[in-house]
Amino acid sequence: MIRDITLGQYYASDSPIHRLDPRVKIIATLLFIIELFIVDNFIGFGICAAVLAAVIIVSRVPLSFIMRGLKPILFILFFTFALNIFMVKGEVIWEWKFLHITREGIQIAVFMAIRLVLLIIGSSMLTLTTKPLSLTDGIERLLSPLARFKFPSHEIAMMMTIALRFIPTLLEETDKIMKAQQARGADFESGGLMKRAKALIPVLVPLFVSAFRIAQDLAMAMEARCYHGGENRTRMHEMKLKTRDFVTFALEAIFLALIIIEARMF
Amino acid sequence: MSIKVTKLNHIYDKGMPTEQKALTDVSFEIADGELVGIIGHTGSGKSTLLQHLNGLLKASSGSIEIGGTDITRPGVSMVEIRKKVGLVFQYPEYQLFEVSVAKDVAYGPGNLGLSQEEIDQRVREAIALVGLDYEKVKDRSPFELSGGQKRAVAIAGVVAMKPEVLILDEPTAGLDPRAHKDILRMIREVHEKTGNITILVSHNMGDVAEMADKVMVIDGGKLVIMGTPEEVFSRGELLKSVGLDLPPITEFCNELGIKDTVLDMDTAVGKIVDLFKE
Ligand SMILES: Nc1ncnc2c1ncn2[C@@H]1O[C@H](COP(=O)(O)OP(=O)(O)O)[C@@H](O)[C@H]1O
Ligand SMILES: [Mg+2]
Repeated sequence: MIRDITLGQYYASDSPIHRLDPRVKIIATLLFIIELFIVDNFIGFGICAAVLAAVIIVSRVPLSFIMRGLKPILFILFFTFALNIFMVKGEVIWEWKFLHITREGIQIAVFMAIRLVLLIIGSSMLTLTTKPLSLTDGIERLLSPLARFKFPSHEIAMMMTIALRFIPTLLEETDKIMKAQQARGADFESGGLMKRAKALIPVLVPLFVSAFRIAQDLAMAMEARCYHGGENRTRMHEMKLKTRDFVTFALEAIFLALIIIEARMF
Repeated sequence: MSIKVTKLNHIYDKGMPTEQKALTDVSFEIADGELVGIIGHTGSGKSTLLQHLNGLLKASSGSIEIGGTDITRPGVSMVEIRKKVGLVFQYPEYQLFEVSVAKDVAYGPGNLGLSQEEIDQRVREAIALVGLDYEKVKDRSPFELSGGQKRAVAIAGVVAMKPEVLILDEPTAGLDPRAHKDILRMIREVHEKTGNITILVSHNMGDVAEMADKVMVIDGGKLVIMGTPEEVFSRGELLKSVGLDLPPITEFCNELGIKDTVLDMDTAVGKIVDLFKE
């Protein structure tokens, strides 16, 4: 049940995409998102989709696994689609009482839906192919120039690492506590809103207690190993760009150029 | 009340890359009033099996009859099952949440829709039964008790529901020897007083040998052997092959060359005296 949440999940494999430097993947993902907003016609979306499809094939992440991550956002997708299709003004082609659909509305709604789907699949490819730890390492390195301006890039990366690391732990803990209270006759599935909210107290209290206990244990363990933040800290895995990373950059540049030219032309 | 499990299978995360078969064709029967010990290596599927017995997990296939009702069939009331089958999870003290011990113990009985007097009565009984002083602990916060006391309160929370089947998943894990003994004594007392079926998962072979009427050995999601402690602990080789040990006293007597399977201290002393006489 609660374990089915896959958002931000990592899919273990040893594909060329998995092996890329996390910094390259982060930048490529950001560029991909920007490109999605530059594009405003079907040919452009076609190019984006083709690139994404190629990445998925090379990454060897099963399509069914990616699609499962889409399910939770289906509602948002539907909502924005409906909003766009009915709200945008323009040439009216269908009308019923106060509802009217315009040609422009359809176009914007369809483009927005495609954009959202590509955006979510694209960004989930980043988390699916990058271990949370490399991801935060990458973010730390990308933000490190800001350290000169007293920006706490290491601390922020460390906080993200810990948060990511403990999502599964806390989900597991929630699952366990819910089951334990169900065994004591708790009922989370029936009753009105108030009753359901009240039924959650026996889950939330132990969960908070657990979270604080875990936090305390972790802090203690880190201090016992002399953790003292980012200064003078060396790393076990030095990040070095390899040939494949430069090749990826080159491909990304071509892709970006293509998108810009295409957007200008049409 | 009796339990009959037939060809029970459980697969976690079916259809996912992380899919895992946790139980394979497990079949057994437990008669009324029996105390059953379950032993097995970590990850062998013990906790998974327990959660099936009160409907917290859905079987991939197979049937589970509790007192004649097949609980794997659709439409069976889970509340009814959980009234009959009480499950104490591993480290149950992490489920405490109320402001006072008495209130926490009352949570389970409260969910059964009993009258307030009945609930109060049961809370009193259960707290006394787990070896705590009701008057002393009733208004204290469960969070300020010692580890062993917390565990006792958590067990009382399930005992107060008066289940006909009481299941405990490693109830003594992580306790000091004194609290360990207290908890086991308490489990035995509850069992004798109520005549319920008690199912106990333990890593301590000595405890199981001493307490259980029947012993189940699980390995890799399969039921390897089920029988009386004598039957099971006479199979030293089999137990070793699934990563388990004999109870220390049994092992000791084996080393001395005593042929019988000795499970308790008194018998052991008698046998050793016999050995000297020879
Ligand atoms: N909630 C779960 N999701 C996925 N796999 C699980 C879950 N719980 C247990 N497992 C797996 O099922 C197997 C049996 O686990 P469990 O029943 O907890 O064993 P035991 O209690 O004997 O240590 C293990 O391999 C474990 O990794
Ligand atoms: Mg277990």
